[in-house]
Amino acid sequence: MSARLLLGAVAYDPKVVTIWDGFRSWFRDRGLEFDYLLYSHYERQVEDLLAGRIDVAWNSPLAWIRAERLARARDLTVRAIAMRDTDQDLTSVVVVRADSPVRDLAELRGRTVATGAVDSPQATLLPLALLRQAGLDPGADVEVRRFDVGVGLHGDHIGGEREAAKELVAGRVDAACLIDGNLLLFGREGVLPAGSVRVLAQTEPYDHCNMTAGPHADPERVDEFGKLLLSMSYGDARTRPLLDLEGLKEWLPGRTDRYAALDRAVTETGFYHPDGTIHAGDYRP
Amino acid sequence: MPATIDLEDLGLDAGGQILVERALAGLAPGDRLVVRGRHPALAVHLTAWCRAEGHRFDLTADPPTVVRGRADLERWQGAQRAGRTAGDVAARADPHWGLAARGALVEPGGPALAVDWVDRDLVWADVAPRLYAQATANQWDPATAVRWSAAGTVPEDVEDAVVQVMTYLVENEQAALMIPARLLSRLHPHFREVMQLLAAQAADEARHVEIFTRRALLHRDVLGLSGAGGRASLQTLLDEPDFTLASFLLSVLGEGSFLDLLHFLHQHAPDAVTADVTRLAARDEARHVAFGVAHTAHVVRADPTFLGRLRTAVERRHAALVDTAGLNKQVFDALVILAAGSWEPAAIARGWREVLRLQETMDAGRRRRLEYIGFPDDEAAALSALHTRNFM
Repeated sequence: MSARLLLGAVAYDPKVVTIWDGFRSWFRDRGLEFDYLLYSHYERQVEDLLAGRIDVAWNSPLAWIRAERLARARDLTVRAIAMRDTDQDLTSVVVVRADSPVRDLAELRGRTVATGAVDSPQATLLPLALLRQAGLDPGADVEVRRFDVGVGLHGDHIGGEREAAKELVAGRVDAACLIDGNLLLFGREGVLPAGSVRVLAQTEPYDHCNMTAGPHADPERVDEFGKLLLSMSYGDARTRPLLDLEGLKEWLPGRTDRYAALDRAVTETGFYHPDGTIHAGDYRP
Repeated sequence: MPATIDLEDLGLDAGGQILVERALAGLAPGDRLVVRGRHPALAVHLTAWCRAEGHRFDLTADPPTVVRGRADLERWQGAQRAGRTAGDVAARADPHWGLAARGALVEPGGPALAVDWVDRDLVWADVAPRLYAQATANQWDPATAVRWSAAGTVPEDVEDAVVQVMTYLVENEQAALMIPARLLSRLHPHFREVMQLLAAQAADEARHVEIFTRRALLHRDVLGLSGAGGRASLQTLLDEPDFTLASFLLSVLGEGSFLDLLHFLHQHAPDAVTADVTRLAARDEARHVAFGVAHTAHVVRADPTFLGRLRTAVERRHAALVDTAGLNKQVFDALVILAAGSWEPAAIARGWREVLRLQETMDAGRRRRLEYIGFPDDEAAALSALHTRNFM
């Protein structure tokens, strides 16, 4: 490989080009030869990371789970070197209409729940795991109405959640699954008018994206990259627009102890095999 | 005892965050704020909101507490005011202030404004705020300010002269519209009153184009002739890239001379409409001239050597036009006919003398303005003599 650090990122939105162009200039100004490669979905990005075609991947939590499984199966190691402050301690909620007779998750038996896309950790995999914990079998005890917007983007596309919220307000489903931030956002947008919904259940805090270093990347260059990331300051007027675009105030060291719930959900649903291969039959990124 | 706020039943989806932000504003990073309230999703809202805003929501605390972050403070650290106060016109306007209002606190970052004139003394005149106030107070409506229905009959051959003069005026006013519009787009908006004045000037000229066109077409279907020399003369004004030189050539010398022309046309107008349109235009032009003179004098006061550049600009323009016809013959003749009022030889002789007197009046006016700006009287006379024969 060249002396350049190559990052993979998923183009879930056109602004991704602006973001990584900005980061590229920022890193190069600080002496790190940096470039990026955009992917149309996370699965190929993870496969390329393991194959050494990219050095680091800006991974969704589900992509991290898969990268870790693929690495383990090949006796390789991947590292979570950094994450955004906004990637830590997220929660998802299951909401019902404020006037719903449903008082707890168990009472959703025989009813319909709207979720995000099949591969959304926050709006599908984690909230449905919450239902299983309450003794329900999604798909059998509860009808799942899935909104597959942006499949392959691991829930980065907000469209599926918005559709789920609209279905709830329209009375076509009994409950909807959302990330906490979107509950607030949809409230402000008027998709979920103030006072129209009630939170039925909330997940434990979990972590979201991380910057994953691949097994074949030069560790020194990766360390330099990680150090530069962590040095980005919100107080610096030239850096701040990049951080605002990427949705963070500061980069934090990566941690991997809050992906356990998602890993369990992946196993329970068989979304990925233990060796990281894709198992979910209805998943076509 | 940490600070406490009670949102009652307000959620953060309906404005609650405004109260939380207000309470946090008085705290230092790391300080804690207890947020009480009855909204059922308050904790979910606070979790998401704190994460997005760079605060921390401590769910393990009892009662749940917001720990103040520093992102909002970091965003505004190093913020600068665009001038100390709204009234303070800075000597140099920072392009990074961008479109921020004068006196606003400007967040660092954001695009720099692509403007050329950022130095006060290169664009300013102390009289600009007063002239702008006058400009807005004296706006008039072409539909009602001109006695269009009083259009009496004018002898055919005198009407020909009116149409020719109006054609010439429209051409000149179009140049006088484009020049302030061009200057405006290159000026830092920190110099707000100058920007506003130039905008009013462009709007004035737009009205002049309208009323002169309408007068020309009052009894006719087509306009008069447009000479190449006249257009070449106007082109040299459009080609001047410097703010002060453009303002000097256009407003001090050009519109200054035009002012006398408009008074002349008003005096010899063969009908009420011609009298009205020239009177109204002259009122506006006087203001344009006042700014040009005050601004040029301001620049010269700050830098007396600038007189040399003004002189060169006049000489350069003269050299560029020396081989052109200058004023279109038909326009000159039309002025004579208007002043004569008929084709009788005695009347023509009178008209001729009137036009010569007009040129003397224009020359005297230019010299007076040049002297006010700072030229010695002999130099003022020499420069005035070099002014374009096309008047503008």
